[in-house]
Amino acid sequence: MGIEAGEGEQPFPPDSELVARLRGRDETAFVLMVGSWSGGLLRLARHFVSTNDSAAEVVQDTWLAVIHGLDSFEGRSSLKTWVCRILVNTAKRRGVREGRTIPWSSLPVAQDQGPTVDPARFLGPESEDPGHWRVFPQPWPMPSPEQEAVAKETRAVVEEALTHLPDRQRIVITLRDVEGYNAEEVCSILELSAANQRVLLHRARAFVRGRLEEYFAGAKAAADGG
Amino acid sequence: MGDDADPGEMSCAQLVELVTDFLDGTLDPDTSDRFEEHLRICDGCDTYIEQFRRTIDTLGSLPEAGLPEDARDALLNAFRDWPR
Ligand SMILES: [Zn+2]
Repeated sequence: MGIEAGEGEQPFPPDSELVARLRGRDETAFVLMVGSWSGGLLRLARHFVSTNDSAAEVVQDTWLAVIHGLDSFEGRSSLKTWVCRILVNTAKRRGVREGRTIPWSSLPVAQDQGPTVDPARFLGPESEDPGHWRVFPQPWPMPSPEQEAVAKETRAVVEEALTHLPDRQRIVITLRDVEGYNAEEVCSILELSAANQRVLLHRARAFVRGRLEEYFAGAKAAADGG
Repeated sequence: MGDDADPGEMSCAQLVELVTDFLDGTLDPDTSDRFEEHLRICDGCDTYIEQFRRTIDTLGSLPEAGLPEDARDALLNAFRDWPR
């Protein structure tokens, strides 16, 4: 029986059906939900705690809390967002115990301020066209279906870039772009203002784009150099 | 936002800070107009946005790990045992 996320394309039931089935103790529904969502939850949990084992325990505790809380789920958010909020609260508590606190309320800090693109990339005030690109960003090679190796490397660059981000930026970009929650959901999961969500997300994306730019420039230089 | 440039024209340096707002559709109408106006005439910013989108797409394609099998089994047991 396959309960890995992404195995086959089982149609995922809408919330109303899923919640009813879970409340009716439908094991297939539970297995489907745990299989589909645990990967994302694990990735997210890992940003709050110190080890992979610890993250797995957070996910485990989250699902136990979900089982216990199912009957009190009111449907004010989607079930997935509700589960994610439980995970974040569980992970935060665990992080605190491990001496890892993330200061969500103190914004903005230095690392969240200033231009997201090196000002040297733009013409200065002495020029006729201040703020214009000195040199346009170089277009990246288009991904082609047969270049799975390149796509894999690109993903590795992105994965690596994420590890260099400050915690809050990493958590916001993970929720928005890796896991696909919308802005409103991310604000509710993290109890962030819309403005702070935007600042953190934009900086994180700009940083990751910069890493990809370096990677493609390096790959091109290597190819040109022989 | 402190604009020393002509408020009617958006510079590339200003535009790159607004891409996330643009993609989320949260720019006010006037800024949105100036943003799109700039994009029509600037290949550099067009490329920048294209790369931003590609970055987002790549982030959305990262592989996921799963819970270990014994953890999933333990959860299923907990679910079974939870009283109706
Ligand atoms: Zn431009």
